[in-house]
Parts: sequence; structure tokens; C-alpha cells
Amino acid sequence: MATLAKPPLSEKPEAVVVRFAGDSGDGMQLTGGQFTLSSALSGNDFATFPDFPAEIRAPQGTLFGVSAFQINFGATDIDTAGDAPDVLVAMNPAALKTNLPALKPGGLVIVDEGEFGKRNLDKAKYDTNPLDDDTLAKYDVLRLDISARTIEAVKPYGLGNKDALRSKNMWTLGLALWMFDRDRTPIHDWLKAKFKGKPEIAAANIAALDAGHAYGETAELAGPLRQVHVDPVPTAPGLYRTLTGAEGIALGLVAGCRLLRLPMFFGGYPITPASAILHHLVRMKEFNVTTFQAEDEIAAICAAIGASYAGSLGITSSSGPGIALKTEAIGLGIMTELPLVIVNSQRGGPSTGLPTKTEQSDLYQAVYGRNGDAPMPVIAARSPADAFDCAIEACRIAVQYMTPVMLLTDGYIANAAEPWRVPDPEAFERMPAEFLEEANGPDGQLLPFKRDAKGARPWIKPGTPGLMHRIGGIEKAVDTGHIDYSPANHQAMTDARKNKIEGIRVRDQQVSVGTKGGKLAVVGWGSTYGPIHQAVTRARRGGLDASHIHLRHIWPLPANLGELLGSYDKVLVPEMNTGQLKTLLRDQYLIDAQPLTKTSGQPFQIAELEAAIATYFDGVPGNAGGNIVPPNDQQLPSTES
Amino acid sequence: MNAPVKIETTLKDWETDQEVRWCPGCGDYAILKAVQRTLPVLGADPKNTVFISGIGCSSRFPYYVESYGFHTIHGRAPAVATGVKLANPELDVWIVTGDGDGMSIGGNHTMHILRRNLNCQILLFNNEIYGLTKGQASPTSRLGTRSPTTPAGSYDRPAKACAFAIGAGARFVARGFDVSKKLPEVLEAAYRHQGAAFVEIFQNCIVYNKDVFDGFAAPKGAEDHQLWLEDGQPMLFANGTKGITLDHNTLQLAIVDVVDGDWQSAGVIVHNVRNRSIAHMLVEIPFPEFPKALGVLYDDPRPSFEGEVMDEKARMSEGKEPNLAALLGKGQSWTVDDEQGHPAE
Ligand code: SF4
Repeated sequence: MATLAKPPLSEKPEAVVVRFAGDSGDGMQLTGGQFTLSSALSGNDFATFPDFPAEIRAPQGTLFGVSAFQINFGATDIDTAGDAPDVLVAMNPAALKTNLPALKPGGLVIVDEGEFGKRNLDKAKYDTNPLDDDTLAKYDVLRLDISARTIEAVKPYGLGNKDALRSKNMWTLGLALWMFDRDRTPIHDWLKAKFKGKPEIAAANIAALDAGHAYGETAELAGPLRQVHVDPVPTAPGLYRTLTGAEGIALGLVAGCRLLRLPMFFGGYPITPASAILHHLVRMKEFNVTTFQAEDEIAAICAAIGASYAGSLGITSSSGPGIALKTEAIGLGIMTELPLVIVNSQRGGPSTGLPTKTEQSDLYQAVYGRNGDAPMPVIAARSPADAFDCAIEACRIAVQYMTPVMLLTDGYIANAAEPWRVPDPEAFERMPAEFLEEANGPDGQLLPFKRDAKGARPWIKPGTPGLMHRIGGIEKAVDTGHIDYSPANHQAMTDARKNKIEGIRVRDQQVSVGTKGGKLAVVGWGSTYGPIHQAVTRARRGGLDASHIHLRHIWPLPANLGELLGSYDKVLVPEMNTGQLKTLLRDQYLIDAQPLTKTSGQPFQIAELEAAIATYFDGVPGNAGGNIVPPNDQQLPSTES
Repeated sequence: MNAPVKIETTLKDWETDQEVRWCPGCGDYAILKAVQRTLPVLGADPKNTVFISGIGCSSRFPYYVESYGFHTIHGRAPAVATGVKLANPELDVWIVTGDGDGMSIGGNHTMHILRRNLNCQILLFNNEIYGLTKGQASPTSRLGTRSPTTPAGSYDRPAKACAFAIGAGARFVARGFDVSKKLPEVLEAAYRHQGAAFVEIFQNCIVYNKDVFDGFAAPKGAEDHQLWLEDGQPMLFANGTKGITLDHNTLQLAIVDVVDGDWQSAGVIVHNVRNRSIAHMLVEIPFPEFPKALGVLYDDPRPSFEGEVMDEKARMSEGKEPNLAALLGKGQSWTVDDEQGHPAE
């Protein structure tokens, strides 16, 4: 999020953060989704953060039933969903209570006062009406009886009150569209398409949307409401779409398999927040995708291993607890040297932890978490768009090196959306997989574990004439693959597995922002990319010699990384865990990497990273460091059971 | 079973050069031979045959069959087999498991492969003990089994593998034992069945649970203790002098004497492999009060899982071009046609 003149919003801000919050039944995710599309069509860059309850149908009006959708859109590059909203739309007292702490001082809060009756106030545990006391003193407040206005607007369509109130979210969206100078036509079209068979519902929703918009026009001069225009961000021409992380992964896996010319087999088991990937893939069967909802996490990965053994690319996906269950099977994949992609959509842990909140605490699990010496490549996506590229990379490494690969994403990336310039598949490098067709040893002998220059063994599909052989999780002899427990052989095979993985060629590490060498390197991985990127950019604008390095390859690490990190005086590692990458970097390079950790289930805010960076520059001119106000880091109440 | 073309092979073609590592005298040897003898009869093709196992003595089996083989992890062979078969339905998949592997650690997968009805043969070697880990009681050990973990005798009730299988929805349930001459016939029937074919094979672990099946498996008195079931044939044993009937008052199976071969008037049941109710009773009859029910207890095919998966995939792909560019551009999309970022309508 770019700097904002505050308070209040200027007429032409660089970026604006809006949060829509209401009851789960109020349609806030839909409102947010359509507002996102409208931002895209206005040429803004954006990032979104949906935040919904873990409960499927939480009781109406309760604090834990609040569903929110935050969008940060702007005329410059947007990397995060924004620290604090400039505008909060609260559809009921519970939404106000849970989201107000996040609002920027001086921000605008729009409330539906029609919902602030005694019952709803009680459910939100308000003793007195916050609209009438000084709760909102710090903010600009726009109180509107949105409920009544909606009923009024849709009256001509003969709907009962209950049905009429369903259009409240459209009234609110209409007001937001006016506020940000947006075209209503695409939303009209969307409503017509959505309610194709029910023209009166479509018309009622359009009427509500238009009424909200008209309200903005007429009320402009009276109160705190003003129209704000956010310019389009200069962008390369092309076809764009919104992309969530789950979509990015699913599409990347399909693309990866196409480039490898392999059928995809995807084994999954329902788990939050990983299930969305399976939901997307079941609808892509024409791309030779076979999906299998297994009886448990173990069966999901074992079936994927079986499919890889039979010549498909086996893929499985889960979140922390499910990955834990798959661990023994990952070892089997490593031991039998079969390609396999394991996607881990990380969430808060340990155990059930925080199913719908985000964390990066499975790095140890990914890199170290198996019995025996069981090396495995680990890749981490930093954003929805990056998830697409990482998925292709994971497929490539799995097949070219005959190994399981873990792809780390997290709950934040999975649900967040960003604009994505749709790539041209013709431009992708084709990398067809190869299968062994005839014996590869002397005198027609088959050597299933004879390695190529990369250290990879051949892939042999059952059904191939003359190449019958047996594999398994027991230690195998070099080359022949026969059972062999002998000491020298186990040493040789352990070394071969290790060398193969450590020898995987990954791109040299680049510096995302800043320079090679200098005072401070801020090293991140995964979904912390956005806030680190912005914080370092701002620090540099303030004259601080900080640079941002963001790792995609967690294992093996890029070959130049040790030397690169050694070129800075200090290394700071912000992570949404208790310091896992920090440990890895210390271990690998014997450097004094310092942790900056956060495990609140919420992404880093830019301001808190800025403050942390500033502490490294005490006494440096231009450092606002000590004066940076600690971020308003109020969390939404935890709703998990 | 899938092999469209019968392949000519001999027993020798199915032997590997690997040294067999079971204890001398173990029942597994006899089962291995029975399988290697049956495969040529079936016309099976070594290149299209895959043996998949879990962990345990029985699970070493794939190393000794000259076909494709995958020795996986404890209890998970059915899950691996499911992936193999979904990736390539043309393969003949045999699962080799044991009572610990298939009924204990892998019980969940055994249940689900049966209810889904993956087309494969599941051979569960039941020796009522953990052999490879040196003799602990297993989920099929009889009450009172003394073992390193149950020195005073086991007290948890044993599971009945075939009752479990039929309860899980199996469409083929059969029984045999290691040294039985009829084992190849049972294996052949399992192979011919389209869908998951569950075969419990009583196997003598001569080291840790020696001769526990002698009650019915020993040659002496076999006639009295074995009830070999055959579709369309009366349920007779003891050289035709006894048969199985249904007690209409208790709705339970009962033993009747058959005089002069007149089984009809004795009310002996004619075995019908498609009769699920009778199958339920046959897997439950107690031994030694009754003879051991052996052979094909139940065989009533239904469409196989991989067939359903492939059909669904074909249906969902119908009329759709696998156009990657179109897929990537689907959804909420817009076009930017100048550098200023103004989207085109
Ligand atoms: S322990 Fe028992 S089952 Fe295992 S090989 Fe020896 S005799 Fe056979």
C-alpha cells in the first residue's frame, strides 16, 4: 500500500484499502469479489484478503460469524492487501466490533444503522450503542439505514422483506462504486448473467445497486462522503485475469504436466485450506487429469505414488496435519525415486491449530521432517501468480530428478487474489518426460537404479516389455535395485540420494529490491513477499541501505546464496513462524541471521517490518526508525474451534 | 482380470533370480508356487502384471514373481494399487497382504478398496500372528494366543477377515489355505472376477504360530472339516454324508445328516455365489462346530471403480478441447491495450 494523505482520504490517492465486513449471510465475499473485478476493469493494481469464519453457518449477528473482505487497490504496484483499511463498511454491530480496531485513525466507517437494534447489539456484546457514544470519535462516520433504503429501492419488484434485504450488499456495492468513480455496467451484466432464470431478482439487485450509487451522488455535499479517484496503474498490454493462489497452483500443475507431456493424477483428501486445489482440478479433466478423493491423507499420497509408478505424474496436496500423515509415504517416494509433487497449503499449527489462518511454520517439516536421511527439494510460492510458476517448476524438478518435491504455499496465498497477466503457453519451455524403453545395462541387463549425469534413475512404466523389475522401500543395491543391506551399499545409496538433490540446478538468487552487498539484507520466503517488498522499498526511499532477498528455492538453496548473504553486514529474516528459515540459513552458512517472527495467524503489516528494519539504522540520517508508530496490529477475534 | 490376449508362459517364466528369504517350511512357499502355477493358466502377461505389497513376511512376495512389483509401506498396498490402476487400467494388479498389514495398520484401505471395487486381486495371507516382527499377537489371533506382547494369552477379540470384507462391500470373497491343491482354482476364480476379489489364504507360520490351522487344514480328517463351496452344487462334506441347511426357525445355518446321498430331502442348500445373505452366514459359521467354509463364498460383480473413474473423466471431457491458453485466460478477465493501463471494454 502506498502512502496516503491522512486523514481523510485525498481526492486522488495512490492507493486505498477498503474492508467490507458483515454477517456470514450478508454476501460480503461476493461484494468484495465484484468490487475487485471493478478495480481490475479500472486498471488498478490490487491485492485482496478474504477473512471468513471457520464455522460453516455461524449464528447470525454473532462476533464469530463475521465475514470480511479486504482489498487494496492503487495506481502503483500493490503487493499486499494493505495494513489498515481507509474505509470500513460494517453491515452490523458484530462486524463493526471485530473490524474497527483495524481501521486507520481518521478512516471512514460506513455503517448500516438499521442493524443496530438491541438484539444485534447484545449479540455483538455492546452495552451501549457505539453509534451513540464516543466509540467512533476517532473516525469519520457515515450512518445510513441501508436496510430500509434497500427495501425501498426494491419495492417495485414485489419481494418480501427477507428477500429484499438480500440485496443490501448490492446497495452497499453501488455506494462503493460511486465513491471510487466506477462504471456499473459490468456489475449489471454480471447480475443479469447470475440470475438468468430469475429476471425479477436480477432487476431488484440492479435497482439496489443503482440506488446505492444514486445515494452517493445526492449525498456528496452533505457529509463525510466524497468521491475519490484512483488512477490506473501503468501496465503492460495483454490479457489479464484475477488469480487466487489455489487457482495459480491448479493451473500451474496442469501446465506443468502438459509441458512434460504427462497425464496428471491428483490424490487429495478434504482439508482446509488445501481443498480448493482439488475443487479446481476436478473441473479440468479434459487436460488428462485424473482426480481421486481418497479415504485419508495417506491413501491420497500412496495413490499418487502408485500413479507415478505407472507413468502419470502423481500429485497430492494437503495442509500441515495432513502432510504429517503423508510423511512415511514421502519417504517411500524418496526411496523408490519416483516423481511426485506434494503441495502444502500451510496454516497455523501445531495439530489442528488455526485451520483458516495463515502461517509459515511447516518449513522444518518440509526440509527435515522425515525418518532417515531423506532429502527432498522444497519450493515456496510468494503470491498467487508466483504459485503458477512454482507449480511448473515443481513438476519439472520432480520428473527430471525422479524425486518427490514439496511446494509450499499458505492460507493467505491460497485465498488472496491478484491481477495476473495471462501467459502465452507457447512461450513455455517444453520438457517432455522420458521413459526407459529397453534394457540399459551391459548384455541386455536392466539396471533400474543406474543414474544419469544428474544422478536420476530411469523411469520405467509397468507394461513395458522386457523391463519387469521390483522396487520398494527397502534399501536397494546400486544400479540393480535388488534388496541390499550391506554397509557399503547403504553408504553409497545415501550419498547418491543426497548428491542428487543437492545437485539440482536452481536459478541463482537475485536481489528483489536494493543491491548486492550493503548494511542489511531482509531475507524472506513465501507470502511475506508483499510486505517485505514494500517495507524495504520505503526504507530505501528514506535513505536506508536495506535490500530485499526473497527465496523461492528453500532446498536446495541457490548456489550463490551463501556468498550473497555474506555481502551484507546484517541479515534479518522475517517469518510467520518462530524462526525456521533463520535456523536453516545459520546452519548452512554459519551467518548471524536474526529472526523477526510473527505467529498471530495474520500476515505481516508493512509498518511493523519498517519498524524492525529501522532498528538496524539507529543514528543513520533519514531514519525515521525510532519514531515509527508501532502498527495497529489488532487482530480479528479468533473464531476457530 | 484384463488381459485381452492370452500369453503363453510356464511356471518358470514367473520365477525371479532372487533368493527366497522366508523361513524353511513357511506356508508362503506353497502360496508362491500356487500363484506361479496359476498365472500361466490364466494366460497372464508378465509385462502387464503388477504385484503390490505392504510390509510383513507375505509382502516380500513381489520380489519372487517375474513381473512388475512394488513392495510399498505397511498397510498401504491397496492405496498404491488404486493409483496404479487409475493411471493404467490395462494392468493386472495383485495385492499381497497379511493379517497385520491388511487388517490392522491398513484396515482402512482394505475397507475402501473393497467398497470402491477396484478391479484387482487381494490375497490376504492370514497366519494369525506378526511374523516379521517376531511373533506378536495380530488382529486375527485367537483368544488366548501367547506371544511376546501377550504372555498370559491374548484377550482382544479376533477379527474375521472375510466377514470384514463382505461387510465392507466386497463383491468377491473366497478362502483357501497354503498347501491346498484347490488354491489355484480359487485364485483363478478371483482373477476372472471383474472387480475387487478378496481371497483369505490361511498360511502356516511355522516359527511363531505353527500348525494353528491343522484343525481343518491337516490331511487327516480333512473331509470332515472342510466345506468346499461350488456354485450350483449342494453344500456337502464328510464324503457327502453331511450337509449344510438353513434352520428356518432360527434363520441360521445348521448341519444335517445326508442319508444315501439324498441331500435334497435333507434340505441341504445349493450354493449360489450371488446370494449375499448366505455369504454373510458362511463367513460367520464357527469352527470346529462347523467345517471351515472354503472356496468361492461370494461372487457377484458390479462395475469396477477404475471403469467409473474413466467414464466420468470421458463424460466431463466430452466436447471440450484441452486448450491451455483458453484455460489460463478463463474467469474474471480483461484486456489492457495501452501502456497507461486503461482496460479495453
Ligand atoms: S516368520 Fe512365519 S510367516 Fe514369516 S517367513 Fe517365517 S514362517 Fe513364514
